[in-house]
Amino acid sequence: MKIAVCAKQIPDPATPYSLDPETHFVVRPNDQVLDDTDRYGVEMALQLAEANDAEVVLVSMGPAGNLQGVRQALAMGADKAIVVDDEGLRGSGALVTAKVLAAAIQQEGGVDLVITGTESTDGYTGVVPQQIAALLGLPALSFARKVELDGTTLKVERISATGYDDVECPLPAVVAVTSGAVEPRYPTFKGIMAAKSKPVEQPTAADLGIAADAIGEAGSGQEITSVEDAPSRTAGTKIVDEGEAFQAIVELLEKAKVI
Amino acid sequence: MATTWVFTEEVAGAPSSTSLEMLTKARSLGGDLAAVYVGTGSPEAFAAVGAHGATRVFHIDPGDALPAAGVTGALAALAAEHEPDLILFGMGFTDRDVAGRLSAALDRPVLANAVDLEVDGDAVTVVSEILGGTQIVKAAFTGPKPWLGIVRPKAFPAEPGDGGDPEVVGVPMGEAGPAVIAARHEEAAEGPQLADANVVVTGGRGIGSAEKWSMVTDLASLLGAAVGATRAVVDAEWTAYSLQVGQTGQTVKPDVYLALGVSGAMQHLVGMKDSGTIIAVNKDEEAPIFEVADLGVVGDVHKVVPALIETLRARG
Ligand SMILES: Cc1cc2nc3c(=O)[nH]c(=O)nc-3n(C[C@H](O)[C@H](O)[C@H](O)COP(=O)(O)OP(=O)(O)OC[C@H]3O[C@@H](n4cnc5c(N)ncnc54)[C@H](O)[C@@H]3O)c2cc1C
Ligand SMILES: Nc1ncnc2c1ncn2[C@@H]1O[C@H](COP(=O)(O)O)[C@@H](O)[C@H]1O
Repeated sequence: MKIAVCAKQIPDPATPYSLDPETHFVVRPNDQVLDDTDRYGVEMALQLAEANDAEVVLVSMGPAGNLQGVRQALAMGADKAIVVDDEGLRGSGALVTAKVLAAAIQQEGGVDLVITGTESTDGYTGVVPQQIAALLGLPALSFARKVELDGTTLKVERISATGYDDVECPLPAVVAVTSGAVEPRYPTFKGIMAAKSKPVEQPTAADLGIAADAIGEAGSGQEITSVEDAPSRTAGTKIVDEGEAFQAIVELLEKAKVI
Repeated sequence: MATTWVFTEEVAGAPSSTSLEMLTKARSLGGDLAAVYVGTGSPEAFAAVGAHGATRVFHIDPGDALPAAGVTGALAALAAEHEPDLILFGMGFTDRDVAGRLSAALDRPVLANAVDLEVDGDAVTVVSEILGGTQIVKAAFTGPKPWLGIVRPKAFPAEPGDGGDPEVVGVPMGEAGPAVIAARHEEAAEGPQLADANVVVTGGRGIGSAEKWSMVTDLASLLGAAVGATRAVVDAEWTAYSLQVGQTGQTVKPDVYLALGVSGAMQHLVGMKDSGTIIAVNKDEEAPIFEVADLGVVGDVHKVVPALIETLRARG
């Protein structure tokens, strides 16, 4: 059995990142981290792989940089990685991203289960998982907070507006997991060492049979027309509690006619 | 705008509040307005959709199938027949699933996280916020129609107009695929609903433990407020996922928002920064939540909140 997990490298959210004023694209540093939300997908893939004797292939699109984020996932235990890096992909929208990831999964072949996060930290469209599924002709079990594999039947707890649903589906399928579904492991020293020699394939979009005019901003059917600073809220009064600060809250609640 | 469709997900027997917000906005764009209603449906629900401006309702009932595939099939066929210009979706679970799937099926992009729409003649620009709402990005559709957009909750007010009962057209599900809903579970929520509450009391990881969570619910019930939570709290299972406020959770705009032991991460701020009055209690004076708070109390929630509860109880 083979599990593909889609995960993204992003600039470290702890260090403020910037947009190129001309292209409006995010400036990508050489050092990138594994998107925090995708650590849950990687962990889920590893747990299912351990229980079902499967291989885990990481699939990622975006500037490869020094592959630091990808190595993080390999150090956690993924077996190999495919990183699609192509200058022409800059400015691609969600659908183009999904087309590239779906093509990479198809070219890899033999994938029974595709795992993704629910939404990425920087793109946060939340649509890439369903797009991948539609392009591969598979069902997508989204918003999964619990995933079990019973033979070749997937059983998922899918969050709903009023609680959750038990959803069942035979493989092959796409599952988008929520954060909190599992507790991502920290790479061990052994894992970090092993990651250094794991295979990382770096095809271009053309290698996957995707035409140059179907990618990037032009191929995405959308164009960023402006980026501006939002009007920001100004901070009000700050007081240090010396035992009486609750009074200030009471007064404000009175003023707001809540009490 | 010549023809706009608004995806209308049914929640607890009624159209989602975001769908009514989108219908109100779409009504102001002029042209034909229809709702794509996904759920069991009822005369009351259709009337509500009509009152908010839809003259026609395409009704799709997914039954026990996982909705995305079958609804997308039905919607793709409808779109081919009627050629709408713009299809708007909310951030609900089925909304987002169908928006993604339809985008791939029709080979059209989808612009997400809209907080506003600018329509100028035949051009549509989607306004969204990035980096925790500190920057505003505008993006225009450039390719062929229909154009697909996903709109955040509370981007527009929901106001009924003078629309009457709409024409209801039943539309069969498309090929539903192999995924089925085997059972549904309701997680009962007490008190006012987050989306509509005038006052919201949100607890963060600073509350400390599941046992101490009652301090949040006690304060909320004294204030007639809805309870909210950060992702750290729902991940730790101190309370239900549905109470999460923020990027992945709900967007709220109450008159008063109390944030207790909440750091104010970017992804939390986008869900609450447009509240009327924001009150924050946090022991770290550098916590980012103070940058948006009208009243910031630097202190321990385990001291400030019980004192507040006691005072409110004494007032009766
Ligand atoms: C893609 C993505 C989507 C996300 N979506 C959401 C979302 O929708 N909603 C959301 O909330 N988060 C979301 N997050 C997570 C977010 O980044 C933060 O991790 C989260 O909001 C932190 O929750 P917190 O403030 O409760 O916890 P922490 O950041 O751990 O903060 C706890 C705070 O409590 C204070 N504190 C501790 N003890 C006390 C005490 N005794 N008295 C007073 N104060 C105390 C601390 O000083 C600290 O500021 C998302 C993250 C990603 C990557
Ligand atoms: N560039 C990418 N490379 C790999 N996976 C991605 C990429 N973009 C999105 N994904 C996957 O799709 C999920 C949802 O992302 P998004 O639609 O951007 O919110 C993520 O959690 C990833 O699993």
